[in-house]
Amino acid sequence: MSEPTVVLGAGAPARVRRSRVIDRGFRGTTLVVGLGLIALLALMLVELTTGAWRTFDAFGLRFFIGTSWNPVSGREDFGALPFIFGSLVTSGVAIVIGVPIAVGLALLLNQVRGSIANPLTVFVDILAAIPSVVYGLWALFVLKPILDSSVEPFLIATLGKVPLIGALFRGKAQGPDLFTAGVILAIMILPIVTAVSREVIAVVPRDLREAALALGATRYESVRLAVLPYARSGIIGASMLGLGRALGETIAVSLVVGNTPRIGWSLMQPGATIPSWIASSFREATSVGLHRSALLALAVTLVIVAFVLAALSRLLVRRTSDLVGGSAADEVVTEGIYPRAG
Amino acid sequence: MSAAAGTVSLGPVRGIRRAKDTGFTVFLWTCAVLALVPLTWIAFYVMSKGIGALSWNFFTKVPAGPLNPEQGGIVQSFIGTGLIVGIATVIAVPLGILSGIYLAEYGKGRTASAIRLVAYVLLSTPSIVAGAFIWALVVVALGNFSALAGGLSLVVLMWPIVAIASEAVLRLVPQELREGALALGLPRWKAIVRVVMPTAGAGLLTAVMLAVARALGETAPILLTALGNDYVNTDIRAPTDAVPLRVYDYARTPVEALHSIAWGGALVLLVAVLFLAISARILSTRQQKRIA
Repeated sequence: MSEPTVVLGAGAPARVRRSRVIDRGFRGTTLVVGLGLIALLALMLVELTTGAWRTFDAFGLRFFIGTSWNPVSGREDFGALPFIFGSLVTSGVAIVIGVPIAVGLALLLNQVRGSIANPLTVFVDILAAIPSVVYGLWALFVLKPILDSSVEPFLIATLGKVPLIGALFRGKAQGPDLFTAGVILAIMILPIVTAVSREVIAVVPRDLREAALALGATRYESVRLAVLPYARSGIIGASMLGLGRALGETIAVSLVVGNTPRIGWSLMQPGATIPSWIASSFREATSVGLHRSALLALAVTLVIVAFVLAALSRLLVRRTSDLVGGSAADEVVTEGIYPRAG
Repeated sequence: MSAAAGTVSLGPVRGIRRAKDTGFTVFLWTCAVLALVPLTWIAFYVMSKGIGALSWNFFTKVPAGPLNPEQGGIVQSFIGTGLIVGIATVIAVPLGILSGIYLAEYGKGRTASAIRLVAYVLLSTPSIVAGAFIWALVVVALGNFSALAGGLSLVVLMWPIVAIASEAVLRLVPQELREGALALGLPRWKAIVRVVMPTAGAGLLTAVMLAVARALGETAPILLTALGNDYVNTDIRAPTDAVPLRVYDYARTPVEALHSIAWGGALVLLVAVLFLAISARILSTRQQKRIA
């Protein structure tokens, strides 16, 4: 058996050997570049945490629960709570408004097959590519005036009077506020949440729905009984993906949120989010050690939240496809490739 | 899966059941309208507002003084965006495609899944974090904001996109083609470069286009790294303007004439990004048909 190999090797010695070296070199290069991605992530985490270390060292856990932010030399005090609060509230509003609409649209896109659904699907996917600064410009000059002049006064006059949740809707309608930021975030996450929900709903076997319909279920019942139970975890995953996007969104939010560190019940008041605050104060911080370190600590906080959400999202989307025995998870996550807001 | 499934009595479809069903249909269509109206509105509003701002000056002049702001243009932003996105593309595309080749052609076992996982993690990194990273790593170290730093912050975003997208398209290439090439005596690398990659060709281009579309519209990372300026700059070590940055800056000024220029910039961005996104989609649909 060894003879033919020997002959082959002897037949074209130099060329084969050179080709084998190139082959190994090529494989090695791609491997090294692939590992480069891991190195990039590691470098990013190391750079951010070492940069943030001074802050964590000086303030410890107080950084996460402190409410004052003072970069004045000698009186430095850095607390991230107002920004964590602002980020959670605006993203929360975005999810509450955006997710039901996105899921509704996704269900519709799955129900109506053919001539309308396909162009609509493509349309929604493509809208995901609109840059966030374009959303921001529109939010500032179109959405905000509309919310200020009609929607917010209406909410203050109606929901503002309801006990408990009324506290969310007190204050004046004018000016930048958390609510406006939440609404533009809701609009911005619609395409991605719709796209991923549509994918997880699409992997629910049609037989199940058809069986429900055959048993006499209405369309609503077939969705509730045969689609949602399977798609639920995937839809939650899609929402988390949306939440991650909303938390990381910088530009559109900073144009309408007011960039005022504040904690309070009302959504009608200005606030600041982690990204909007980084974007608005990095200039002064570039040459000031502790201030710079505090901003990097904010970035670390954001990274932790975003990674946890992304991991949960992937897990949940995967669970849907395990549930129905498909392998949709990888197709679904590639949705994340589509340009997103930043 | 839940127990709620068991409790529906399937009598004739009337009364409350019919009402619920109708309500549901109405709800779905309401959602569609609520979702599509603002999104369509944004696209058309930007077009109508932006078109008026497009003029010779807009594309060829730098910003004018405060006395006649409407005379100015944003040529420095176009050149800056070209420079920054150019740097990012030149670095990220080869890195991304090589990583994609590793994942699709060689990658098996733990190393490959680790790389893939990391690519997804990077993909979900908020773009401002990429900006803050390069700000701390490059801007603070070199002591100034620069086009180079801007490009590098975009590399962080583009590399995983190109890697994941190109892995996906390379995997679409039928296994028989690889086997055929290897059977003819081609070494592995040649089979990949000469047979697999040309077959995936348009798909790889799609991956690049998606990444460039993403990079073009990014504002936050550029803001933290390239900062922006008012004159044409081609030195990659100096602060550099970019279209999204300029739109953001002008949106925040109280000057009406600058708002109009901001809409013009937004329109150019929107058209460029949508053009890339739509052509990428057309190419990839065609590609899938061709291979399948």
